[in-house]
Amino acid sequence: MTLPTNPSGAASEVNVNLTVNGQSVSVPAGTTIHRACERAGIDTPTLCWAENLTPVNVCRVCVVEVEGNRTLVPSCARAVEEGMVVNTDSERVRHSRRMVLEFLASGVDLDQAEGLRRWLDEYEADPGRYDQDGLPARTVYEEPKVQDNLYIRDYSRCVLCYKCVEACGDDAQHTYAIAVSGRGFDARISTEFDVTLPDSACVYCGNCIGVCPTGAIQFKTEFDLRQASDWRPDEQTVTQTVCSYCGVGCNLELHVQDERIVKVTSPADHSVTHGHLCIKGRFGWQYVQPVDAPTRQRRP
Amino acid sequence: MADLSISEANADAIEQAAVDAVLGDQTAEIRETERLVRAGTQRRRDHRHLLLPALHALQNAKGWISPGGLNYVCRQLQVPPAEAYGVATFYDLFRVDEPDTIGDVTHVCVDAACQISGSAERQRELAARGVTVHRSPCLGQCDRAPAEFVQAVAGPDRVDADSQPYVLPQHGDSSLRLLRRIGVVDPNSLASYQAAGGYEALAAAIAMGPTAVCDAVAASGLSGRGGAAFPTGVKWRAVAAEQGRPKHVVANCDESEPGTFKDRVVMENDPFAVIEALTIAGFATAAENGWIYIRGEYPLATRRLSEAIVQARAAGLLGENVAGSGHRFDIEIRRGAGAYICGEETALFASIEGFRGEPRSKPPFPTTHGLFQEPTAVNNPETLLNVLEVINRGADGYREVGTENSPGTKLLCLSGRVARPGVYEVPFGTTLGEVLALAGGISGDDPLRAVLLGGAAGNFVLPDQLDMPMTLEDARQRGTTLGSGVVMAFTAEVDMVAVAVRIAEFFRGESCGQCVPCRVGTVRQHETMVQLQQSGALTEQRRELSDDIARVMADASICGLGHTAASAVGSALRLGLLGEGPGDGGVDQGRLP
Ligand SMILES: Cc1cc2nc3c(=O)[nH]c(=O)nc-3n(C[C@H](O)[C@H](O)[C@H](O)COP(=O)(O)O)c2cc1C
Ligand code: SF4
Ligand code: SF4
Ligand code: SF4
Ligand code: FES
Ligand code: FES
Repeated sequence: MTLPTNPSGAASEVNVNLTVNGQSVSVPAGTTIHRACERAGIDTPTLCWAENLTPVNVCRVCVVEVEGNRTLVPSCARAVEEGMVVNTDSERVRHSRRMVLEFLASGVDLDQAEGLRRWLDEYEADPGRYDQDGLPARTVYEEPKVQDNLYIRDYSRCVLCYKCVEACGDDAQHTYAIAVSGRGFDARISTEFDVTLPDSACVYCGNCIGVCPTGAIQFKTEFDLRQASDWRPDEQTVTQTVCSYCGVGCNLELHVQDERIVKVTSPADHSVTHGHLCIKGRFGWQYVQPVDAPTRQRRP
Repeated sequence: MADLSISEANADAIEQAAVDAVLGDQTAEIRETERLVRAGTQRRRDHRHLLLPALHALQNAKGWISPGGLNYVCRQLQVPPAEAYGVATFYDLFRVDEPDTIGDVTHVCVDAACQISGSAERQRELAARGVTVHRSPCLGQCDRAPAEFVQAVAGPDRVDADSQPYVLPQHGDSSLRLLRRIGVVDPNSLASYQAAGGYEALAAAIAMGPTAVCDAVAASGLSGRGGAAFPTGVKWRAVAAEQGRPKHVVANCDESEPGTFKDRVVMENDPFAVIEALTIAGFATAAENGWIYIRGEYPLATRRLSEAIVQARAAGLLGENVAGSGHRFDIEIRRGAGAYICGEETALFASIEGFRGEPRSKPPFPTTHGLFQEPTAVNNPETLLNVLEVINRGADGYREVGTENSPGTKLLCLSGRVARPGVYEVPFGTTLGEVLALAGGISGDDPLRAVLLGGAAGNFVLPDQLDMPMTLEDARQRGTTLGSGVVMAFTAEVDMVAVAVRIAEFFRGESCGQCVPCRVGTVRQHETMVQLQQSGALTEQRRELSDDIARVMADASICGLGHTAASAVGSALRLGLLGEGPGDGGVDQGRLP
């Protein structure tokens, strides 16, 4: 069992001094290297890290060089130490980040991984080079699992960041409907014996959707619109509101396209939800719009 | 934890009986009356470590783990079914789909020593006889290649070769230290062990006291024999210094590094020595809990150790008051289930705790956050055996053989094209050539082509290294490693490309899958080797890729598996063993006298 460390890093009164890319930084003890880099104005890619989840440090895209360490270290999980000398921009660091991104893109579909696309460009990842001379590179390919009307799972987009498992388990929902199964490249997020979601322990809180960085788990509404080539995020509006079902006071963000709600999220830094909701707030919004109304005309 | 949602599938009577036999009354939920139920988070946590033994029971009862069987275990231990399924699917020895025919499965090793000694033919021969054959990674019997292990249904697993009495190649050699009892002491008899001086070291350790034992181990310069060569004294002192929490000592008997079988030979033939040494480790570190984590494919060693524990307990050498010392210490055995990665110490903890065998990030280190997040000293059985020598001879006496930086002796696992494969004990500093000569030299008519040192995680060396003294420092200086003591010889007729492809496949199959560099990198590395095999040479791009893949695995992986996954394959490429490069043409060198 992992005790939730303070994911945001900051912990104590005592300050620790370190150098990041030659620049002196002073941060509270217990802060992660990643946070310290942020403090120094250095942007670091992350994938499996999230402010509302316990660090699992498995993706390795955030690695940095720390003097005195034989291997690179995950900045998202390693706490700063007095006198640490950190390098985030060496050839070695850039190489590892590039390779991690390339490896991911060579095996799964990252088209909808908005946050990652920028990094793929920045690190000049070239996933095409694995697929040469008539020997195709092995990929994760599966038909999307469409098992109900609320959300779908498309594991050919899954980077195995463990976020959904954490959200379903110890870090939020405590339902444990999904877990990692199998080993190595064949590892997959799965229910027991791969039973369908309605047959599993899932309570449809949608917290897994909320944390998934790649679109491997997504609202059925979003999935259908994408299938119809009608998903237009640039035209969507986001309305902040408070869930009306009970008195807890969860903040909701209603994503609206063509005056219809297409998905619901909650801010990860909201003090009540930490980004997590229940089935009512996440999916129970049909009452605010006619169920079978034809899609309205787009606004001019 | 929320209430569990468990499907309606039920276990049948056989499955229930098998699980009950393992769990007894140790269930996470006790229904005293309809309304009085003892359960809760703490009880669930306390019982989770029983998951692996319960899964073993199901697998053995029916030849697979059925949904009903899994549900029953989940109910008894209050484990969410998705998590239990995740654990079951982690291990090679468990299957979760119903087999066509239920019955014994014969695992045939396909790793290097067996690959070059007729593994494929043996598989065909067995299959032709209607035997269910499973391709297995190294079975730790490289001295009797091609190796087999029979996984049974409703009966004990077995290794047919175990029915032959074991003959130590160096039998009768009076210079032996660690192996001297093998073939002399009856492995089934505590009395026989004691008659040969057994348990004198424990008595001496108790007389010395824990601090003096740690001091002696530190002064002896003993370093770990599991592969990483970490100083044992440093580790023990760190655990001894931890106070206020339960502590553990673990014998890491997972032995799955391809080419390694020394621990098996020791455990099968000298089990009391392992038990005695682990007891000393517990005494020296003030740990009350001893664990033996042994790979699932070692049925004889498991039985011998279990019986040795029973005898030691009956003699008061384990239990509430170990040998009258006032120290409480007992040992529990846990069987692995087919996963090389579970030999990595933090993966081993996760495995015992009932989770997937995924390594954890270090720091924190096991000495403060080990098994159950409590202070733990993990040691290889060979390391432990050395402790007996340190106590019996004193640190100075111990250092009489070996070198300044590599004191003592080393067990080496000779396999491949040597005349007498087996475990050999040599003082550190013996040269590679002398070691091969000890095993009767190279077998067959072809000249020596290469030697694999340290296993799949080690690397190849050419015959020009036969003069290398086998010490930690010489190995390091020459860019190689002794690792777990693997010395596997390959002669000129061996298809080295096929060997390299298999090594790459081994890592691909054994990666836990947790971190990206290793999960994807091992697959891409294997694809690169397959390309080499198919076209006879690496394309320019593939060569560059192969370097890039190797670098990221070494730099950014979480654990030692990823860090070393490109090591052997990379050395084979560099040395020209795969048909290209500078080292090619060295075939005729190094013919042994
Ligand atoms: C992938 C992997 C597999 C390992 N397998 C074993 C093993 O089977 N036995 C072992 O003693 N050590 C193994 N180790 C090393 C252990 O992590 C650990 O260093 C060792 O058990 C410590 O004992 P020692 O100090 O006595 O060597 C393995 C390490 C890795 C990375
Ligand atoms: S919707 Fe909620 S309960 Fe269902 S799998 Fe996702 S996180 Fe778990
Ligand atoms: S489904 Fe999404 S959140 Fe879950 S592991 Fe895959 S990428 Fe991560
Ligand atoms: S290096 Fe490989 S075996 Fe180790 S944690 Fe990463 S994926 Fe698992
Ligand atoms: S973000 Fe740090 S390892 Fe994934
Ligand atoms: S048993 Fe076959 S290589 Fe070890």
